[in-house]
Amino acid sequence: MKNPEEIYELLKKEFNETIFGLDKDTPVENIISVDPMNIHKIGAFLKDNEELKFDSLMVLSGVDDANGTKVKDEDGTEVITGGTLSVYYHLHSTVLKHKITIKTSAPRENPEVESVYDVWRTSDWHEREAFDMFGIIFKNHPDLTRILMPYDWDAGYPLRKDYKNPEFYQGMKVPY
Amino acid sequence: MGLLDKEFSDGNIVIARAEDLMNWARLSSIWQLGFGLACCAIEMMATSASHYDFDRFGVIPRNTPRQADAIIISGTVTLKMATRIKRLYEQMPDPKYIISMGSCANCGGPYWEHGYHVLKGIDRVIPVDVYVPGCPPRPEALLEGLLKLQDKIRNESIRKKIA
Amino acid sequence: MALKTESMILNMGPQHPSTHGVLRLELEIEGELILSVKPHIGYLHRCFEKHAEAMTYPQVIPYTDRLDYLAAMGNNFGYVVAAERLMGIQVPERVEYIRVIMAELQRIASHLVAIATNGADIGALTPFLYLFRDREYILTLFEMTCGARMLYNYMWIGGLSHDIHPDFVRKTKEFINHFRPTVVELNNLLTFNKIFIERTANIGVLPVDTAINIGASGPVLRGSGLAFDVRREDPYSIYDKLEFDIPVGQGMVGTVGDCWDRYYVRVLEMEQSLRIIEQLIDSIPDGDVQSAIPKRIKPPKGTVYGRVENPRGELGYFIISDGNLNPFRVKVRAPSFVNLELMGELCKGHLVADVIAILGSLDIVLGEIDR
Ligand code: SF4
Repeated sequence: MKNPEEIYELLKKEFNETIFGLDKDTPVENIISVDPMNIHKIGAFLKDNEELKFDSLMVLSGVDDANGTKVKDEDGTEVITGGTLSVYYHLHSTVLKHKITIKTSAPRENPEVESVYDVWRTSDWHEREAFDMFGIIFKNHPDLTRILMPYDWDAGYPLRKDYKNPEFYQGMKVPY
Repeated sequence: MGLLDKEFSDGNIVIARAEDLMNWARLSSIWQLGFGLACCAIEMMATSASHYDFDRFGVIPRNTPRQADAIIISGTVTLKMATRIKRLYEQMPDPKYIISMGSCANCGGPYWEHGYHVLKGIDRVIPVDVYVPGCPPRPEALLEGLLKLQDKIRNESIRKKIA
Repeated sequence: MALKTESMILNMGPQHPSTHGVLRLELEIEGELILSVKPHIGYLHRCFEKHAEAMTYPQVIPYTDRLDYLAAMGNNFGYVVAAERLMGIQVPERVEYIRVIMAELQRIASHLVAIATNGADIGALTPFLYLFRDREYILTLFEMTCGARMLYNYMWIGGLSHDIHPDFVRKTKEFINHFRPTVVELNNLLTFNKIFIERTANIGVLPVDTAINIGASGPVLRGSGLAFDVRREDPYSIYDKLEFDIPVGQGMVGTVGDCWDRYYVRVLEMEQSLRIIEQLIDSIPDGDVQSAIPKRIKPPKGTVYGRVENPRGELGYFIISDGNLNPFRVKVRAPSFVNLELMGELCKGHLVADVIAILGSLDIVLGEIDR
């Protein structure tokens, strides 16, 4: 059983500059931010290290941070440029009973994150969902296709904060 | 005007109009397409289970659209599903009837405003005969909807379908 | 001379009576043998996460009902546990007691449907009618309490929407007395039925390390022999004070982790739920169920991941708050979503008819898979 600070120290020792920091002024859980292009290595370490043994990925969630500059289009819709999209990993060790949250952010224009598919199989569909909803590209994922939306959906990524719904889909009116 | 009004006194012979006879046969054995969509489907299952017993109205689920008379749209219709429902509907032989069960199938229900992937009402895709409101409708409400559909069939004419 | 054979693609669903809703399975088969299974989901994607961003915190609760509509109480529970942890609210004892009783009743009701449909899918229609009779009993209890049969909006952040009915305690005890013999009846009717065992034993065997790696939870994981239960592992509410066993699959009629084990874990869990209810029902403390509900629900900036044990497994809510009245992001970790990923793994090498048995034993609800 380790607390977040100790886990952070361990990671920092192993990977130093690809671990960005530990956010401690959150009310419930502390978050370690890491580099998106090294998440696979870090994940494998978290899973296999004798003192950590994070064998279960509880949930992987994509998030639109909406921290870019917001500009109004000519027809009044908001478009966000710049800023980041993030992925949160909630890990739990069924053996050592400790938990940690990992966060990684990628630029909105080119959101690429390494896939952790072959570390935790749970991430398979979760990564596809994050791709479907936010357009986050998971490098090395074996089958990164839309999962919830129709395969031919071309109106964008619905959970982004500046998403605009199309008027029609296959001849069916979408808005109320 | 029940079927047995004009029964002869020695039994065995009944005179009825062909129309009434056909309608009577149709309305007493509505076979529904066995297919559920969302939460409302559970209430539909509860309706056909022991407490409410859909069977006593002649409703039994058939698993292929080609042998079904009615289809109960029991739940939220999404855009991805709507095209499939349309195809199922087209595979059913005439006469065919649609009961739209629950607010979602009627008009989008709780998802009417922000549901970017929800079809706001099944009647945008296929014609509906009876709307049953509720979220989910109680089994009694579904039974009432079925009785309404039977009423509708009872008054049908061979010459012109009351659509 | 050997005949040249080719594999064939068979589509199952989205309109198929045994897919428990609108799931589509793409089976690659060679004769009757399954080579691979690829589930296609999303036919019930109702945009829960978008709605959660557009609503205030209490307004999200009715939408959580509609995720796993067979266990709406459990969904409410998970959401309020997460939100309360974020806001640091202590709820009164009475509320905790009632919540746990409701959640356990809901677990029984949900398992009843799971067992009934599992049986009905592979040809045993009679237990379906018996079990739905008992489920109606529980629904009546819920209806008495909050007026709804299926989707309750019952647990609020910091409290409950209604206090229990004066008759509730008596009726619940009546139910327990009625239900104990039903389990015996069920065992005679279905569990140890020769045909049922033939159809489910040694089918879809899930080894425990695959289960952990894929992230399976609930009866699916426990059927493989690992006693992992969030109620024990990460206790919330008053579960740390309660006595109950965690039934695991033992391979009684086949191999550990087969369909029958997953099924039987559910039967045993219903008995454990009865045990939990019995411990609480006589000692519900007095008090007001709405006293701890804050006037304005506006959690501080931060994130929280709250999880509870739903009938289908670990249900988690990941909430990000930016200090406003609406959540910034709510992500649901739906147990069925993760369990369904196993489909491809489990079906390989079995026959087409076994797909139904395996799917039934996973007990999925499309509402929470697609959200
Ligand atoms: S009307 Fe209500 S109960 Fe029925 S499918 Fe829609 S949300 Fe579910």
